[in-house]
Amino acid sequence: MLPLLLILPQLLVSLLFFFWPAAQAIYQSAYIPDPFGLKTQFVGWENFEFLFGDRYYLESFKTTAIFSILVTVLSMSIALWLAVMADRIIKGSGVYRTLLVWPYAVAPAVAGILWLFMFSPGIGLITWYLDQIGVDWNHSLNSGQATGLVVVASAWGRISYNFLFFLAGLQAVPRSVIEAAAIDGARYWRRFWTIVFPLLSPTTFFLLVVNVVYAFFETFGVIHMITAGGPQQATTTLVYKVYADGFVGQDLGSSAAQSVVLLLVVGLLTIIQFKFIERRVHY
Amino acid sequence: MATVSLKSLKKSYGRDEVLHGIDIDIADREFIVVVGPSGCGKSTLLRMIAGLETVTSGDVLINDENVNQHEPMDRNIAMVFQNYALYPHMTVYNNMAYSLKIAGTPKAEIKERVERAAQLLQLTEYLQRRPRQLSGGQRQRVAMGRAIVRKPAVFLFDEPLSNLDAKLRVQMRLEIRKLQRELGVTAVYVTHDQVEAMTLGDRLVVLNDGYLEQFGSPIELYQRPATLFVARFIGSPAMNIFDGMADGTQVTLDGGVRIDTGIAASGRVKVGVRPEHFVADTNGAFKVNTSMLEQLGSNTLVHGTLAGASGAGAAEIVVSLPGIHTEAMVGEGLSVAPSELHLFDPDGKRIDG
Repeated sequence: MLPLLLILPQLLVSLLFFFWPAAQAIYQSAYIPDPFGLKTQFVGWENFEFLFGDRYYLESFKTTAIFSILVTVLSMSIALWLAVMADRIIKGSGVYRTLLVWPYAVAPAVAGILWLFMFSPGIGLITWYLDQIGVDWNHSLNSGQATGLVVVASAWGRISYNFLFFLAGLQAVPRSVIEAAAIDGARYWRRFWTIVFPLLSPTTFFLLVVNVVYAFFETFGVIHMITAGGPQQATTTLVYKVYADGFVGQDLGSSAAQSVVLLLVVGLLTIIQFKFIERRVHY
Repeated sequence: MATVSLKSLKKSYGRDEVLHGIDIDIADREFIVVVGPSGCGKSTLLRMIAGLETVTSGDVLINDENVNQHEPMDRNIAMVFQNYALYPHMTVYNNMAYSLKIAGTPKAEIKERVERAAQLLQLTEYLQRRPRQLSGGQRQRVAMGRAIVRKPAVFLFDEPLSNLDAKLRVQMRLEIRKLQRELGVTAVYVTHDQVEAMTLGDRLVVLNDGYLEQFGSPIELYQRPATLFVARFIGSPAMNIFDGMADGTQVTLDGGVRIDTGIAASGRVKVGVRPEHFVADTNGAFKVNTSMLEQLGSNTLVHGTLAGASGAGAAEIVVSLPGIHTEAMVGEGLSVAPSELHLFDPDGKRIDG
């Protein structure tokens, strides 16, 4: 009885905020409600059939894939590089670490606004500099630029988090193992790639899973602020489309069906990651 | 193959000086043990030879070449760490082959050298295992193997046996000694265990608080400790130390016992007597009141207090008597041959006759 009582809060939270909405989404994905929610009509698989015949929906898969890969790779590699550098610093390391961790405290929407200000086609400071060197920046028209800006802004918000984990991981590598490698003749970068990086693999794997999930879901705020999915749906990721179709387009049936698809995709991705990548992780 | 010299070697961390000028000359193929209590600077000394700590002042010379500014990898040394520092993600084979791969040794030669080392250390069947699948003793061997395959000029050991159980420690101690003789390399071995030090070292370096107390063979240290610290540190059970007043060749111990030392001195002195050098003697000057007996079979340790002629100032005393004694000693006499007495001045320096 007591064990049940102790896990009850967690169970309740999971039921209330995960299982119940998920069940609702599955249920609703088989219906089409009218925009005012007065009556619903059972349509079976039709919502899904419609989705997979929709060119925009299929394209948002591609957008999401490119977006997730870019955000994950960019934020993880920059964070690792910063962590390695911060780990080498002896004097004033606390200041560097604080500064590097600080962006984590910035909410995604606020971060989106920050980047939007810098790159705003009309008033942005960086847009002006880019104009000086002959680059015409307008992410509200140019889909490549839009994707680039959203990727950079999303990755930026993630670097602090990744940095923190990488730094902790680096500091957990036993000093004597690195010293042994130094005596064995390995110079700094050789030591890094043959000893430190492999020993960091549990951290790297963990961050990979977390970052992919982040890129899938939590970049919503940034996208919403900077591009609102445009131009021409170039930055509409799967999760953004759930929002756009459901809450803006009021097509709740389709939105629910998309949620179910998203659920399956993320579940599948996580299973793949654990099955295939974790094998190469040395604990 | 290699000599190592330390010339007035000093180390400071900020303003804190932890080594105060160490001078040591190590001959080729010599096995040197650096011994001292924890925090005495012995590991720092070893790490300075390895190049893992910078030299504050003084010089480290390997084969008469100043290596102060050399990286660890350019010193032609190998080190065995206390926690072995094996690469956890590599097999035993790769652990041993790592340095050779970096040096660009041909694959066939790497294989040959690793397999020979594995054979020497009885690791052949474990070559494809990872360190965590090995026992403590086997990991210790892998660490040794990693050092051996490189054929270094100098072996450095940083308390390599302290994580092993007592029985394995004795066995590995012998193996390390045998290996060092076979390979003919110079070795510097750091330990806090004086038995390990006595049995392994050709010569011992006794460090205390960053000062070199004495540098000599184990027997020299045992027979003629240069300082009170060495006298107490070397030998088990530890030497008895009695305070006393010297007058010519005689000393009156606090409490009234008068003994002939045969060493001319005057003023306050400390007299050291090893427990095993007491001899039962009804006319002996030392009289013991037993508080506890420890039976070791081959000998008996008598713990007690020294009963002086006046009966006051009861100093602690430990006596090791050969054979089995079951009767507590009450005021029984013990004597010590003058040649087995050690005299130290109040600063702890040895006084010689």
